[in-house]
Amino acid sequence: MSAEPWQTAEIPGPLKAFVITKPIAVVTLIKRAKRPIMIVGHEATKINIDEKKLIDYVIEIANAKQIPIVATAHIIKEFKERGVENVFSMPAIDIANRLKDSEWRGLDGNGPYDLAIFVGLPYYMEWTILSGLKHSAPNLRTISLDRTYQPHASWSFPNLTIDEWRTQLNEIITQLK
Amino acid sequence: MSKKGISVKLDKLKSELAEISNLQLSIGRVITEEWIEPMGPTPAPTLTTLRDWDYKLLQRYKPFYMPYCDVCCLCTMGKCDLTQGKRGACGLDIWCQQSRIVLLACCIGAATHAAHSRHLVEYLIEKYGRDSPIDLGTGVEIEAPITRLVYGEKPKTLGDLEEVLDYVENQITQLLSSTHTGQEGNNIDFESKVFHAGMIDHLAMEVADIAQVSAFGFPKADPNAPLVDIGMGVIDSTKPVILVIGHNVPPAAQIIDYLSETGLMGNVEVAGICCTAHDLTRYNPKAKIIGPLSWQLRFIRSGLADVIVVDEQCIRTDVLIEAQRTMTPVIATTEKDCLGLPNRTFDSVDRIVSDLVDRKAPGAFILDTQKVAEVAVKTALLLAPKRMKFKVIPDAKSIIEGAKKCSQCRYSPCRRACPNDLPIPEAMRQASQGVLDGLANLYDLCIGCGRCEHACINNQPIHSFIIGASERRTREEKFKVRAGRGAIQDVEIRKVGGPIVLGEIPGVIALVGCSNYSNGGIEVAQMAEEFAKRRYIVVASGCSAMSIGMYRDEEGKTLYEQFSGDFDAGGLVNVGSCVANSHIAGAAIKIASIFAKRKLRANYEEIADYIHNRVGAVGIAWGAMSQKAASIASGFWRLGVPVIVGPHGSKYRRMLLGRKDREEDWYVYDARTGEKVYVGPCPEHLFYVAETKEEAMVMAAKLCMRPNDTTRGRAIKLSHYVDLHKRFYGTMPDDIHYFVRRESDIPIMIKDEVMKILREKGWKENVIPDPTLLPRLIKRE
Repeated sequence: MSAEPWQTAEIPGPLKAFVITKPIAVVTLIKRAKRPIMIVGHEATKINIDEKKLIDYVIEIANAKQIPIVATAHIIKEFKERGVENVFSMPAIDIANRLKDSEWRGLDGNGPYDLAIFVGLPYYMEWTILSGLKHSAPNLRTISLDRTYQPHASWSFPNLTIDEWRTQLNEIITQLK
Repeated sequence: MSKKGISVKLDKLKSELAEISNLQLSIGRVITEEWIEPMGPTPAPTLTTLRDWDYKLLQRYKPFYMPYCDVCCLCTMGKCDLTQGKRGACGLDIWCQQSRIVLLACCIGAATHAAHSRHLVEYLIEKYGRDSPIDLGTGVEIEAPITRLVYGEKPKTLGDLEEVLDYVENQITQLLSSTHTGQEGNNIDFESKVFHAGMIDHLAMEVADIAQVSAFGFPKADPNAPLVDIGMGVIDSTKPVILVIGHNVPPAAQIIDYLSETGLMGNVEVAGICCTAHDLTRYNPKAKIIGPLSWQLRFIRSGLADVIVVDEQCIRTDVLIEAQRTMTPVIATTEKDCLGLPNRTFDSVDRIVSDLVDRKAPGAFILDTQKVAEVAVKTALLLAPKRMKFKVIPDAKSIIEGAKKCSQCRYSPCRRACPNDLPIPEAMRQASQGVLDGLANLYDLCIGCGRCEHACINNQPIHSFIIGASERRTREEKFKVRAGRGAIQDVEIRKVGGPIVLGEIPGVIALVGCSNYSNGGIEVAQMAEEFAKRRYIVVASGCSAMSIGMYRDEEGKTLYEQFSGDFDAGGLVNVGSCVANSHIAGAAIKIASIFAKRKLRANYEEIADYIHNRVGAVGIAWGAMSQKAASIASGFWRLGVPVIVGPHGSKYRRMLLGRKDREEDWYVYDARTGEKVYVGPCPEHLFYVAETKEEAMVMAAKLCMRPNDTTRGRAIKLSHYVDLHKRFYGTMPDDIHYFVRRESDIPIMIKDEVMKILREKGWKENVIPDPTLLPRLIKRE
């Protein structure tokens, strides 16, 4: 299935993300990953999905598989207020710069990550960061869980409505549990 | 400066010894040295003269590339797919391609400033003479710090500046040639050339601004430069209005002169958008500023302008199309932006005016500034009663009717075209129900590009709807900005040099650049206020300096009314337009020269090394958009000054990032002993993109730390870093152990808390060196 970038002029090139059509794709990628990590941007604290914020979905996904979270920008306090322990504060560009380094030992010193799940960054900033990783981190798979297609990820949702997005995220959470 | 050409021609000379006819003798230049400082090691550096210095910086701050495009399409062997390690038909890889594009952008930026500068210098020489003196004010002995540092000469007259521009233009040509297919093949060498382009750009900017300050009589390093009006609401719409847009002020200044000479000053409003507005108010504080470049569409469509005069740079390229909708003639005034208009330079004023007033022509291209002024004023006076401020901004009823035609497309092309992903469909849905608040709420966040309208399948004028829904707001848009003061006085440098270098003034924060903000211009004002209250020195220029002035506190005061214009702790200094950015770099250079008495002349490496290790300055280009912004930033990088950009800045496609976790990257020489000493990640990055203003403020406070800080100075800087971090992040920073060298570095209020962290990290005390990255500066016995 093909998909279009959310911002219409953001045409990347020959190598585009696989489209996540079913939640099982994400669940399988996470379950197969030896060292997954989530990178969560500040928009996760602003985006409402029904009664909850996007950050609450993120926390449920992370908790389901004990995935460490990198809170970018200034949002670590939002995680702390929600009682999340396995969370680190790091600028988006810094974590990207670490992830491209195959010799980096990770936030816990236990080795490089093999799967990075991005969500909640400004669309164009996530777009450029994922492009950087696509070109410089060949051993790293990336997933975008935003509701807009991110062509530079390895895997991304297509452009979704809020309802479709909620359904997909809930299904991922259920299946991971 | 003292280089002059001599040419002697003898038709016939007859003497006892010989008979000579048709003798012609030319001497390119004669050096009549008046500057006693001996020439330094790198006068007029070429592309590789400072390569070693660049490599030192680039070894520490490695490029992180974020390709904006996977392919290269610059030659006919392409397009070439550069993904997954593939090389193009010419052999170039994706990293070289990115750095090559960055270099192209910086060459465009530098060329733009250079061409602007060349035009200004030629214009001013013609008007005031080649011997017209360079005079930046009584408190400014070092009138051209960048020129002295880079070119190695001391300009004394306008004529001296021509030679500097010869060098600038030569270097830009050399740099640009290296981007041709089959030239440079190494990304780090491309990056070194990016730095060179930035340095050359700073030189071009300095020439432009010192020329116009000297000849036009702008404020001369005056901290009390007048407060001038800014905002759409400051325009007296009962008068004819001339709008000037761009960066190159001579046509606008000539309009002011013509109004004064004809006794019409006060009868006609002259207002500007973008840097021409800054420079116009520096020329005459009675002129007005509409706002930053993003105000163009909204003001043109408001119909308030009776004539639009454009010069160069950052002008909407559809200005003529937009102006025709409001029946406003456009006068193009530079060769760089002719807009397809017929050249009327040699036509009579009356004939041009008649054509414009009778709408026989949509505009005119006129290269004679005196004629531009006369045509603009006469046209405005005659046309204003006819136009009756004809506008294309709809009223509330029309907006509601238009919104009812919105088909609420499933995939929201308007929103997807918006650079800031603004919720336009929802605002249109509300408007269709008679509620305009949603559209009005987009006003501050809109960058004024108009892409939403081009994307709308129903051809609705969405941008005009946003402006129309905010009409009351635009009428009340009345603020103050301090006119650009130009250079920083030497006496100011003497006063603050010590406190800055020792760290007791926590830093210099430069809020610069364009208005491509991700979340509105208010964020720039909020950052300025935060740092000024914390008694940093806050400097500003260009569109950012305007945005800072466009908000009021609870007492109704703008920031320029709250904070002084002194280059001192707690000051808020508007240096002026884009080219006045050179004074910010110049201030850093003058700290090294005046306060530290380092040799200045053609001594780039040493001065940059001094600034990088000692002067806690950080640039924040929160809405950086242009190629000029790229080249300005790269000029600061070569001086070792970090720059932070807002989220849209990620589209510059590469950052220069340090790794604080790599201890080996953060050693300097102690100039006293020659030993290598760990100094921590100071400053941690050279080019950094922040996601939010909170992140930018915390990072800026951190990036102000320098290896040379005294313990008292470091404690002050750490207290701001920790305080901001706790306030915005709610936690103690997790990297504080990198920045504490001795116990006495720790602010007393948080000593117990920090010492606990240091013990957990196994921290050890370290020496505070006399830091340098240059082995030749080690003081050997």
